[in-house]
Order: sequence, then C-alpha cells, then structure tokens
Amino acid sequence: MRSIFLAWLKDRRRWALLMTAVALLGAIWTATSSASPQETTQGRIPGPRQGFLAPDFELELLGGGSFVLSELRGSPVILNLWASWCPPCRLEMPALDTVYAEYQDQHLQIVGVNITAQDSEGAAAGLVRAMGLRFPIALDREGGVARLYQMRAFPTTFFIDAQGVVQRVIVGGPMSELTLRSEVEALLAGVD
Amino acid sequence: MYPVLQIGPLALQFPGLLLLLGVWAAVLLAERRARREGVHSGALSNLIFYALIAGLVGARLGHAMRFIQLYFENPLGLLALSPTTLSLPEGLLAAGLTGWIYHYRAGLPLWPTLDALTPGLAAVMIAIGLAHIASGDAFGSPADIPWAIRLWGARRHPTQIYETLAAALIFASTLRRPTPYPFPGYTFLRFTALTAAARLFLEAFRGDSLLMLGGIRTMQVVSLAALLLALLGMHLLATRTQAADSRLGL
Repeated sequence: MRSIFLAWLKDRRRWALLMTAVALLGAIWTATSSASPQETTQGRIPGPRQGFLAPDFELELLGGGSFVLSELRGSPVILNLWASWCPPCRLEMPALDTVYAEYQDQHLQIVGVNITAQDSEGAAAGLVRAMGLRFPIALDREGGVARLYQMRAFPTTFFIDAQGVVQRVIVGGPMSELTLRSEVEALLAGVD
Repeated sequence: MYPVLQIGPLALQFPGLLLLLGVWAAVLLAERRARREGVHSGALSNLIFYALIAGLVGARLGHAMRFIQLYFENPLGLLALSPTTLSLPEGLLAAGLTGWIYHYRAGLPLWPTLDALTPGLAAVMIAIGLAHIASGDAFGSPADIPWAIRLWGARRHPTQIYETLAAALIFASTLRRPTPYPFPGYTFLRFTALTAAARLFLEAFRGDSLLMLGGIRTMQVVSLAALLLALLGMHLLATRTQAADSRLGL
C-alpha cells in the first residue's frame, strides 16, 4: 500500500491526478457539509458556555426586588456565581466592585449570584455590607441557577455580551482586576 | 464531561492538566525518536524548551498588545500567573518562530527534526481530544443517531470521541518508522496530511463551526489547503530524493 502511494508521489502525472482527486472530493465534501447558522451555536441555543445564549432566570435580590437576566439584554453582563465561605470569591469581590463603578456609564451590568442553597443569606449579606459592594446581589435559594449554569467550582464567572451570548466563562479565581477589565473591554468592543 | 477537578478549595482545570500531560509525553517521545532520526536529542529538547517559553511570553505579549492601555496602567500584569490573559495565536506564532530560529542556529536538519517531533505532536492531538471530552468543547451538531451523546441541551454527535479516535490512529501510524525510509520529512508530512484529512471529514459533524459565506465551514477550507500543501511537500521531497539517488546510482 505504502509502495503504491510512494510510486504515485514520485510520478508527476499520477501525483497531479491524486491532487485533483483530493481537491475535488474535499471541495464536494465541504460544499455538502455546509451548515446554516441554526445548525451551529450561532443559532443561539441556550446553554452555559461560550457561544450559547445565556440561560434566562429570575431571582430575588438581596435587599428586595427581583432580577431577570433577559431584561438586561442590550447591555453586557458579568454574572459572578459565588458563596461567602469561598476565599477566592471574597478575594475577587473588590475588583468586581471597582470595575462595576468604573464601567457603569458604559452600561456594563455586574450581578453577583450568591448560591444561597450552599451558603446562608445572613453570611452573604454580612460580606456585602463589610466590603461595601455596590453591584446587585441575587439570591439563588434553591440552587436552580447553579444547576442551570452547570456550576462545578466556586467562583464561576460568565461574561455575556449585549445580545445575551456567553463570550467567556472563567472557572475558579480570584480574577485580577486586569483580567476583568480586559474581558470587559473585549465585551464592550464586541470582540472575543 | 469533567472540566474541573475540585480538591478542597482548589479548582484544577482538568482539560489543562490533560494538555500538560500531552506536552510532557511529546517531550519524551521527541527525545526517543530523535536518536532514530539522527537528530541530537539534547538540541531537540532545547528547541522544545525554548519554543514553550517563547510561546508563553508571546501569548502574554499578544494579550498585552490587545489591551495595551490596561497593561500601561498595571505593568505587573505582564507577570501574572493567570492563563486567562494569554492569547493563543500570538503564542503559537512566537513558539513556531523561536523553534525555527533555534533549529537554524543549532544546525539541526529541518526535515529529520520535524520527523522526530511528529510522534509528540500526534500525542498532543490525542491530549487535545481528551481535553475536549473533559470540557465539552468542540461539540457535535444535534443528531438522531444511536450513539449520540446528550450535551449542551441536545443529543449530539460525539465529535470529541471521533477526534480522539482519529488522533489515536494517526498517533499509532507515526510510531513505526518504515525501512527503507522514503525521504526525510515523510513522517511529518504524512501526519500533517492525515490530521488535515481527519479534520476535513470530522468538521462536518461539529456544532460549533465558524461559518464563512454560504455556510461553508472555515476549518474545512483550512484543512483542505493543509492537506494539499502536505501532498505537494511529499511530492517535492519524494522526487528530490529520487533525483539525488539516481545521481548516486542507487
């Protein structure tokens, strides 16, 4: 088999035939397997990963009121899933707060989703007070958002563009302010 | 799918660990193969080491160039250990350029060096496939087939398994060095051709393809070009070796 292939490689005419056959078959396969945007993630299927539409949810906010993710469509959103007992979550909170204050005039939304099912509302409220956090905190009392977003580690942060598409997922932390700001700049510029 | 290994407070990225294992295997395989290709194994290890370091530096500088203002405000960010602030294209470019310059300066023969690196590259391709299985990346399009897997809200082609199996077969083909050896560069170019052909075929089942005009999948066009280039390279090297053999009366 190998000797036949090598003989074809060495013979100019046979090689030209081989190249033409490969190019033709490759082009036909490429053309027949072309896809419509609906068949790929560009079809906006909901899912907690890059390229998918961020799954929608509604939660109560710490301090009153409610929060619906899809109502923020039109603004880039950072969704930070956290718990008060998690050291990296606590360490990245000041950077999130600084970035929130800095980019508010550019309509950036940051929402901290406290996974209250694995935490306590009192501890979460205490941490928010102690750190003087300004961005809204939603309470996932039943753990529904943690399940919906297939959370596997604390913290997990989703960067969602103005169209509601997840552009980046960062699992673990703490994120540095530079990491956060570069992700926000990419979101605002509409680039990956 | 198992993207994160949670050990107490430590969240280890399982796909990243698999890739590191792949790189480690690649270094071992390259050193072993170097002797058979007549390449100095110490020089080859140095080439890999410098290319990896240059890749990391290039990836960070690439990220810094995209967000230059942020790095001006926080220059220490250049030294941060965060893998999220690395840019892959610039990293690959820097690694490739450094490897090229080192091979030239160290007097390493190009094609035997690439042949020696090939089993390692093939091992990395398996590691990439396994990393995709762990992370759920490179997923398939929705499909109604008995072997479909449930992933990201739909039953899909298990494209991560397809690519891992293809990479394993290609890896196996790189382990045996044919005798007589057809021409220097044969193992590398055959690996390139097979990998490109596999991607050209399997991309059709992916659900995350980047599309061009008319719904054409970009990676299929790139793979077809790589396949044709590899075949062209094989033809040129084969005929050159044949001509040299004829001159020597072999």
